Amino acid sequence: MNTFKPVLTEYIDQQDCHTLPFYKRVGGYTALDKVLKMNPEDVTQEVKDSNLRGRGGAGFPTGVKWGFIPKDSNKPKYLINNADESEPGTFKDRLLMNKAPHQMLEGMVIAAYAIGCHTSFIYIRGEFYKEYKLLEKVVTEAYENNLLGDNILGSNYSLDVVIHRGAGAYICGEETGLIESLEGKRGWPRIKPPFPAIEGYLKSPTIVNNVETLSCLPHIVNRGAGWFKSIGPEKGPGPRLFCISGCVNNPGVFEEPMGVSLKELIFDRAGGIPDGKQLKAVFPGGSSSAILTANEAIDVMMDFEELVEKKSMLGSAGVIVMDETVNMVQACLNIARFYAHESCGQCTPCREGTAWLVKMLTRLVNGGGKPNDIDMLFEITDNIGGLIDFSKGSFGKTICPFGEAVAWPVRSFVEKFKGEFMEYLPQEKVVA
Amino acid sequence: MKSNGKLKQRFTFSDPERVEQIFSQYSDKKSATLPLLHLAQSQEGYISNSVIENIADLVDCHSAVVMDCVSFYTMLYTKPQGRHIIQVCQTLSCSLNGADALVDHVTDKYEIKPGETMANDRFTLMKVECLGSCGTAPVVQINKEYHEGLSTQKFDKLLESFE
Repeated sequence: MNTFKPVLTEYIDQQDCHTLPFYKRVGGYTALDKVLKMNPEDVTQEVKDSNLRGRGGAGFPTGVKWGFIPKDSNKPKYLINNADESEPGTFKDRLLMNKAPHQMLEGMVIAAYAIGCHTSFIYIRGEFYKEYKLLEKVVTEAYENNLLGDNILGSNYSLDVVIHRGAGAYICGEETGLIESLEGKRGWPRIKPPFPAIEGYLKSPTIVNNVETLSCLPHIVNRGAGWFKSIGPEKGPGPRLFCISGCVNNPGVFEEPMGVSLKELIFDRAGGIPDGKQLKAVFPGGSSSAILTANEAIDVMMDFEELVEKKSMLGSAGVIVMDETVNMVQACLNIARFYAHESCGQCTPCREGTAWLVKMLTRLVNGGGKPNDIDMLFEITDNIGGLIDFSKGSFGKTICPFGEAVAWPVRSFVEKFKGEFMEYLPQEKVVA
Repeated sequence: MKSNGKLKQRFTFSDPERVEQIFSQYSDKKSATLPLLHLAQSQEGYISNSVIENIADLVDCHSAVVMDCVSFYTMLYTKPQGRHIIQVCQTLSCSLNGADALVDHVTDKYEIKPGETMANDRFTLMKVECLGSCGTAPVVQINKEYHEGLSTQKFDKLLESFE
């Protein structure tokens, strides 16, 4: 039996859940009060002990990331809340901003305190205008209540929060692309190292954390690392917001423990597939993850490690469901087109390769397939994203992981549904 | 500078206090570029060369640097748009839930293809990539607002409400 009680979304169905009085009534900002009496190092240690891993997509351990901030640096430190949610299939951060903005803000102050930051940014995607206006109110309210600004809650600690709007670019969700964008430039990712913790915004130590990651922090402080680690798999524990969309009866955001079964998410939480149709394929972690066939999907657990074993990834936990009527070549083209549009243009394999993929796939669906097209598709994906070898990691052909983010899903479509792609190739003439 | 026989005004911000406030939030001027571009576009409807020159002066850099930034972001327009901008999400979850029919509806009824503006400037139609609202697909953004879970019928009615 499922005894899990939502943590991050516990109150989202209640009226006024986004307001400060409501949030305070349910224990909001008590974690902050506690944190301000602790050593920043102890806060970082608690987060390290909780094994919290980033909820934006990469899944990097949050406390470890904070630990990279140099202790001896005189430069200002920056915390950036990555609210640039744009991974196809992902719509959880928008929900958290709308329904629990103070939970996120409390998480920000906790993280900022832990890393010694006094100016923090919320980088929110430009299209989220309603959420931007709401956050403006929330931040003002926090200043008025001594939750931001000078001497927060009577302590010696001060923090300013600035809301910065993006302007329409998927790549600005990549942390160094985001930092470039914040600096008033095009969002071209940087070569790493140096990592942002050493040299980020204005060449100062910078931590970029996702909205959902930050929203976990008040709960970790209040209930302890041990409690957090007891939810789901130990290496990647905690509550997780799973977004389910595509061909399902009841799409939406569902909070479940890490490691929940994908079958349960699709057929129980999201109500299964409309009109009794069969499951065909699933993106388990946003469109950058390799797709799973129906057979693979029904016995997979939504856990970082297990999905890597299945040669896919948990990513942003954006589950996109495709039923038996979905044409895999068309779906592949749809995703390739997204990446071609969003490629930032900095690295040649990605800029040129994504355009080639779209050209080739468009030609295929329009009946102009050529005999060696499938080999050519593999060749292009390998050229963008490298030969996929999970044991060695396959990064390297592009400055940021965008290359892999297009190569993996496209390759998985062609590999797993080769038959459908073959149907678009010219048929061999039968000699009578 | 003359264009269409009309004397073109050099762009200035109509709300200098807001400009000051934006600068006060950043320790370096260049970081104010995007917020200033947003502000200018909300005033002018698009980013003209004059806007770019003005912002380059304000943030202390070459206008080519500001132009480079403008050209990168899909929300910044370098040409005037219609009074209402219809942006239909076309990425997978929206596509699987009928986004194409919404685009076709606008094209059929208002005789504009994606990327085009009506002769009377009422609507500009755009196909855009994932708007982050896949659970309520298909989603259309009209100006600043999201409209979710649209059927063609609901969409048709909605469009009627924009003059």
